[in-house]
Formats: sequence, structure tokens, C-alpha cells
Amino acid sequence: MVKGIRFRDHVVVGDIIELATRYRDEGADELVFYDITASPDGRTVDRSWITRIARILDIPFCVAGGIRSVADAEQILGEGAEKISINSPALSDPDLINRLSERFGSQCVVVGIDSQTINIDDQREFHVYQFTGDPTRSRDSARRTLDWVNEVQQRGAGEIVLNCMASDGVKKGYDITQLNAVRTICKVPLIASGGAGKPEHFTEVFNTAQVDGALAASVFHSGNILIPDLKQFLRDQHVEIRP
Amino acid sequence: MSKLAIIDSGGANIASLRYAVERLGIDAVLTTDINVIRNATHVILPGVGSAADCMSRLQRADLVEPILKLQQPFLGVCVGMQLLFDSSEEGNVDCFGLLPGRVQRIPDRKGLPVPHMGWNTLEVKQSTPLLNNFTVEDYVYYVHSFCAPVSNETLATTSYGAPFSAVVQHNNIFGVQFHPERSAKVGAKLLMNFLKLS
Repeated sequence: MVKGIRFRDHVVVGDIIELATRYRDEGADELVFYDITASPDGRTVDRSWITRIARILDIPFCVAGGIRSVADAEQILGEGAEKISINSPALSDPDLINRLSERFGSQCVVVGIDSQTINIDDQREFHVYQFTGDPTRSRDSARRTLDWVNEVQQRGAGEIVLNCMASDGVKKGYDITQLNAVRTICKVPLIASGGAGKPEHFTEVFNTAQVDGALAASVFHSGNILIPDLKQFLRDQHVEIRP
Repeated sequence: MSKLAIIDSGGANIASLRYAVERLGIDAVLTTDINVIRNATHVILPGVGSAADCMSRLQRADLVEPILKLQQPFLGVCVGMQLLFDSSEEGNVDCFGLLPGRVQRIPDRKGLPVPHMGWNTLEVKQSTPLLNNFTVEDYVYYVHSFCAPVSNETLATTSYGAPFSAVVQHNNIFGVQFHPERSAKVGAKLLMNFLKLS
């Protein structure tokens, strides 16, 4: 189970550390830190906070946002992150995935995909969206999600986080249909994102979409679901998970 | 008091191991200087990148032979453990040859993605002070695409489609395939157990 912490960089670092500490102590299995403004603004992040996070966290964590080069990634991994996650920059420069996995190994390289179901001539398709951090710039990249999932794996992605946008923030459950479609072609770990609202959604996504992890942000952030309670619930439902 | 040397095997994510021992209140020195390594009470070899890269870095630093002669407790982590075996398929490279067998890519099996990433339990095969106070409920964090075969010197296994060596020992030299530095309190327990070895 993965916990996402989204922030724009005016958030005080102390707040990020406090949140990270809380989720660590509650038993989150991994944390993802998103600077959701980094890509749309065409700039990179102030990364001084990563070392402070690495010093206190004893679980794996991933940093996402504005990583456009091997040098960006080197800095982040050198500060102590396990993984880096790329999304919009991979769409603009797909070879970046190759360069990162050749340099650091595919296990470090997560590709985030923001995907949405659209109807074309009454046919349902999944399309990849770009620059989703900024509502005014978010746009259909015209890539089909399943094609992109295949391509990023060939290029060396070691993990895919599939964020189903229509579900994101709606709390009606993960997009099982879309996750199942991706699962059948995804040979690397697949993390479901978007839509978690109650504990049953997690059981459903693990049992019916066979994902390797489930990412959620708002339900944990609000305190609506407490991680220890959720883990106990999942264990009662025979989902194997770290206590 | 432990004097810990972490061998600088290059690459990016040695930081997390340094921070993990720092949280235990242990001062560690990151080094490729064989004299510093010899004078340490404990030595950790973190693995970063591919087995072939890691071997060639150690060879360039003339560290392979001296490491084999060390007498103090030594712990290889992840690729650092894989190097203890005869050879690795990753970059097709000869390794230390302390443990029998070849490290191989985790085969593609239905429903089991590669890399293997995530939290798993250990099945202890032989009791060892390294796993003191471990229980069947203790989960450790893995991230790897290659794994080592099970042998007589395997102390614990984890199963991912098939069992592989999770913890190994050859005299003073130990290895763990998982990442204790990112395995929460269980990982800290393992590192403390290691640092108590003499």
C-alpha cells in the first residue's frame, strides 16, 4: 500500500516531515511525494527536503515531479529516495525512460500515467493525459494508454502507477475495468491510483484487478481511513499485507 | 562501540543505508580505503546498480581479495549479497565465489511481476544471531530482478514463485537480499543484530 503526499512547494517542509512521520508510524508501506506544480511550470523542484525525509523514513519512498534528466534523478536518489517517478516529461521525451533505467536500473524508475476513459465514435478508449497538475494546461496527449503501457515497459520502466483520472478524488472506488485492461499487459509492478473512498475499495482492487499496490491520498489525509484499521480489514479479508 | 565501515560501491542510493545506521546511533564511514575497512569492527557492502558494475568498481579499487580476507562481521546487502556467489547472470560476471551457484534473473511467471518489489516474510532455515527476535510476522522490503539460489549456507528464504536465498552466511560473511535500511523496525532490528555480532 502506498501513500501519496501531494504538495506545491510553498508548503512548509516541516509539514511534509510531520505527515511523513505520521504515515511511517501508522504503517504505510511506501510514500510518494508529488510536487504537482513542477511539470506544468517548466521548472524543477527545490529538493533540500529530500535528505530530511530520507533521514527520518525507514520505509521506501518515491519522488515525483519535474524530473527531466539523468542529473535530476541522480540528485534525488543521492539524497536518499529509492525511486523516481516521471509522468509528463516521459511523454515529451520517452527516451528519458531508457536513459534513467540504463543509468540507475529499472527498479528505480516509476512511470506515472494519468489516464482517462473517453468515447470515440461510441468506442471506449483509454487515453493518456499530460500536465494534469495544472487544470488549465491538462490535455489529452492523444496516446492510447495501453500502447503507452507497452512502450514504457519496453523502454525500461520498473513500475507503473496508473492514475485513473475520472475516479481521482471521487471516492467511488478504483477503476477496475481500466486497471484490469492494463494488468493483462503489465509485466512490472502495477500500482492503482485514484478513487479510494472506503476499505472495500482496497479489497476490490487487490482481489479483482491483481494490482501490486494501491495508492491513496485524500482518504488518509482526511483521516477518514486510518492505515492500521485498513490493514487489519484487508488481513481479515485475506489480502496479504504487512501488519 | 561498533566502528562501521560502509564500502562505497558507487551509485546513488547508499544514502538510505547511512541514514538507517545513523538512526541507530552508529557512526559509519563511507569508504573504499582498505585500511579503514580493515580497522572497522563491522563492514557493510551495499549493492547498487548491476552485479557487473559493482564487481568492476570493487576490482578497480583492488578490494576483492582484501574483502575475502576480512575477519570481522561483514554484511552484503542486495547486490552486495549477490556478489558473494560464484557468478551472476546480470552482466554475466564472476563474483566472489564464497557461496555456490549462480545469481539468475527472476523468471517471468504469471501474476508475479519482475522486478519483485514489496514486503515479504522470511522462512528461517537455520537459526542465526542475525535473525534474533525475528517472528513469522516480520516483513522485509525487497526490490530486485535477480535472485540467488538456495544452498546449505542459506539461513532464510523468501518465496516469489519459488524460494530464493534471503539471508546467507559463510563464516563471518553474511548477506541479505532485502533492504534492511528500508524495512522499517524489522530492518533496524536486523542491522542492530548485525552490529552486535563479534
